[in-house]
Amino acid sequence: MITGMFEYHAPEEVQEAVALLAEHGDEAKVLAGGHSLVPLMKLRLATPSVIVDLNRIAALRGISQSDGSVTIGAMTTHAAIEHSADLKAALPVLPAAATLIGDPMVRNRGTIGGSLVHADPAGDWPAVALALDARMHLVGPVEERTVRAEEFFVDLLTSAVEPGEILTEIEIAISVGRFGMSYQKFAHPASGYAVTGVAAILVLDEASGCADCRVAITGAGATPVRAVDTEAALKGTALDDGAIAHAADLAVTGIDFLGDLYASEEYRKQLVRVYTRRAVIAALHSATRGTGAVAAKTI
Amino acid sequence: MATYSIAITVNGTGRTGEVEPRLLLVDYLRNRLGLTGTHVGCNTSQCGACTVLLNGQAVKSCTVFAVQATDSDVLTIEGLATDGTLHPLQQGFWEEHGLQCGYCTPGMIMSSYDLLTHNADPSEAEIRHALEGNLCRCTGYQNIVKAVQYAARNGGLNDVSGRASQEETGGTA
Repeated sequence: MITGMFEYHAPEEVQEAVALLAEHGDEAKVLAGGHSLVPLMKLRLATPSVIVDLNRIAALRGISQSDGSVTIGAMTTHAAIEHSADLKAALPVLPAAATLIGDPMVRNRGTIGGSLVHADPAGDWPAVALALDARMHLVGPVEERTVRAEEFFVDLLTSAVEPGEILTEIEIAISVGRFGMSYQKFAHPASGYAVTGVAAILVLDEASGCADCRVAITGAGATPVRAVDTEAALKGTALDDGAIAHAADLAVTGIDFLGDLYASEEYRKQLVRVYTRRAVIAALHSATRGTGAVAAKTI
Repeated sequence: MATYSIAITVNGTGRTGEVEPRLLLVDYLRNRLGLTGTHVGCNTSQCGACTVLLNGQAVKSCTVFAVQATDSDVLTIEGLATDGTLHPLQQGFWEEHGLQCGYCTPGMIMSSYDLLTHNADPSEAEIRHALEGNLCRCTGYQNIVKAVQYAARNGGLNDVSGRASQEETGGTA
């Protein structure tokens, strides 16, 4: 399988990349890790005539921490997140979820920014980014702007990144207090994508009840969604089994479920209930044991 | 369509060439350099038969353009044996019957190589997790796991620590 022909640019500065996108307009496509785009190009489902490869822009890679938040360069690979000691301490759900993405070779090339912008409905990062209330920094030809995860996922394979813009950084506030995090995924056995994935972040009060929480779901519909009814039902409870089970059942409300040959709408609905419950329980365990984040995958 | 000049160090040897940007790294290695030990399996980033190390990290060379690898170090299965002596990973696959048809083996070995650079003494679970991106349709994986364990017990990656001294320059793709 051979891709269509294209002109290749590998800028070393963000501004150079933005200028190339402005120059080539709709003809140009940004290349990050390439593990979604290159297969699409081989199938000629994508035939960009200009490729702007971000892999040589050093400023887009790396993880830094300051003022209560972590900033992750958009071109930081899944593997770099998986092995980051800083993230294991500050935002443990990120490395924990990273280990469940694809396979080691995919993680060595694939990037968090590429995954977020691609906005695959079965991607793992969108749920985690939503649950962590991540802020995406975008640079365009005229201005820079920041978009919250909540507004970032617009539709199937469509993010809020406008033509000509590049996602440069993902900024996430570091959780404080007694918190627990988890990402639970039911993976498609062949592709490894999430048939359903649920990220849960819990903040406990002094009595180990739920002071605050955020729960987000990927794989269910066209875009990742926050389970706002589940969150509301959990807040203020003692996080006993009954409260968690009740809240998890509410996770399906408001989702326009997608069905396919592998998992029907009804089956996905059931998976969302089950994996939401598991994610909340695992987050609770990680909070009460102080063991960082728990992530698990079922195939 | 324009071609691009690339310079890649492959198995310690500097290589230069002119490539179309759409040329995949795996096709560059196989068709231009004649290094056919790296296999094309699915060509869709699933099977791992094309795995090579790019700057020390295992990647699927069917999903990287050769032009992206310029100024990088690539290690393929051909770069493992030294002076006719098999690398411990190769010896492990031999001793433990880690292959039947052998098609997936170069990719299995290169992924295992990446694992052993991070983890000199991996558990069975860690080996299986590390080989998730490599499909074998013959063996049922058990002997592949044993082969990696054999390599970890018998020198691991020590054999190739002297690789840098063997670097040559020259050679044109």
